[in-house]
Amino acid sequence: MTAIAPSTTGATLDVAKIRADFPILSRTVRDGKPLVYLDSGATSQRPRQVLDTERHFLETSNAAVHRGAHALAEEATDAYESARERIAAFVGADVGEIVFTKNATEGINLVAYAMGNASVGERVDPAAERFRLGPGDEIVTTEMEHHANLVPWQELCRRTGATLRWFSVTRDGRLDLDSDEARTVINERTKVVAFTHQSNVLGTVPPVSELVRRAREVGAYTVLDACQSVPHAPVDLHALGVDFASFSGHKMLGPSGIGVLYGRAELLEALPPFLTGGSMIELVRMEGSTYAPPPARFEAGVPMTSQAIGLGAAVDYLSAIGMDAVKAHEQSLTEAALVKLQDLPGVTIIGPRTTEARGGAVAFEIEGIHPHDASQVLDDSGIAVRVGHHCAWPLHRAFGVQSSIRASFHVYNTMEEVDTLVAGVRRAQEFFGTVQP
Amino acid sequence: MYQEIILDHYRNPHGRGLRDPFEAEVHHVNPTCGDEVTVRVHLSGGEGRDAKVEDLSYDALGCSISQAATSVAHDLLVGHTVGEAFDTLDAYQAMVQGRGKVEPDEDVLDDAVAFAGVAAYPARVKCALLGWLAFKDAVAQAQAGGSS
Repeated sequence: MTAIAPSTTGATLDVAKIRADFPILSRTVRDGKPLVYLDSGATSQRPRQVLDTERHFLETSNAAVHRGAHALAEEATDAYESARERIAAFVGADVGEIVFTKNATEGINLVAYAMGNASVGERVDPAAERFRLGPGDEIVTTEMEHHANLVPWQELCRRTGATLRWFSVTRDGRLDLDSDEARTVINERTKVVAFTHQSNVLGTVPPVSELVRRAREVGAYTVLDACQSVPHAPVDLHALGVDFASFSGHKMLGPSGIGVLYGRAELLEALPPFLTGGSMIELVRMEGSTYAPPPARFEAGVPMTSQAIGLGAAVDYLSAIGMDAVKAHEQSLTEAALVKLQDLPGVTIIGPRTTEARGGAVAFEIEGIHPHDASQVLDDSGIAVRVGHHCAWPLHRAFGVQSSIRASFHVYNTMEEVDTLVAGVRRAQEFFGTVQP
Repeated sequence: MYQEIILDHYRNPHGRGLRDPFEAEVHHVNPTCGDEVTVRVHLSGGEGRDAKVEDLSYDALGCSISQAATSVAHDLLVGHTVGEAFDTLDAYQAMVQGRGKVEPDEDVLDDAVAFAGVAAYPARVKCALLGWLAFKDAVAQAQAGGSS
């Protein structure tokens, strides 16, 4: 199978009805311009259903979960664990494989730090020996990663003496997996292969099955950054066969401050803790402590309760629409944006030019106009896009650009908004005099 | 925000290019967008605020606001004492960080008043300050180097 499950043909959704669920989308910006929100790759907007669920929980059942025996504590714990169950089902995982984190960045750091904890110091649990890293070991990542799936591995290498290696990106925005050089990136020294499920800049969806196959062949663990895939397409983590995966609530119509780390049950069972303290213990004595089984072992302290419950509501919302329909909708917007932007003189897409193995992040350059300046003109028309290096600086360097403009879509975006974007780019070109009006 | 003065400086930057002699060179980056500027300063005579800014030379990669702002800094700061240059810098910084509440003094800021509009866009304030703060840093380094 490919990285993301194929979408059912003919899946459609009612955008007007969906937009009515998002209060923020009806506001205007910059002197009465309707908001055209094309920055869901950075953070998505939240429907009333998510906001109402959080508020309802806080007004009726708020309490610290997994402590206390009073009525509210019981209701809060049930709501929190019910959210975990629905989120697990949403991504094809078992409930015990879902760990709540602050965001995807923390999820990836959790794995990196836990592996680090298995690699240094005294009295490491024998079960955790399998994660031990040291000089001579290698961690593999890719040039198209978000900093969140790169810097934690650089740091883990620094702490353990392991070496970082990476797959390069080709000019057309794909991973180079087949050059002579690429063939040796994953080898018998590789212990971890960390890669994105969908580039947050290029939109590229790398061949997960091939990377998982190569990693398994040498006994390396796979860590998938699923931040840009889980919100936009059906994802079945068991079917993908990755060992760990991480995603954020705020990119999938849910609250900020909540993310998910998925780990295969057998691995979470053996993984030492990252953050320690309350909730995550089994037995505490002054001489030392033992730890709770997962997922509790990885959720130290009072967790983000209303946020987790809000994420449960977001997953319900997306499930009701159907992720096949979400994917098909975003695919059609992406295709229109790719075609219409490439039609403009001086506009270059950074990343694959077609929707094949590609999601809904469309990064581009406008000849002669700095992205910041372009985004200012777009902003004056009410269009919100991301500019900069999008936390993927090495990727921009590989393309020889300092920064880019990125439009990204979600379930509430419309074809008219794609047209507004294209007209805005055209207006920026006229304003800066790079094309004649 | 895009006053004609800004676009003019962007298209035809004044004093661009790195020149000798210089006492300090600094490289500043705006990590949110990747804009970069390298600034050299050449000072002469006097100590501290009395030294004279003989040259501010630079090489920059960035948006129109950051490029034009550095060009204007060159015009306004070169030929003045460090004390005068810092006073101008303070007035400029107060204006662009003032969220529109600071009335710019045109006598002090000259062409730089064109950047008053930047104050309405907090995300762009860093762009407008990049070259100016690099200059401040370079002067500090030049004078620290000179006194040690």
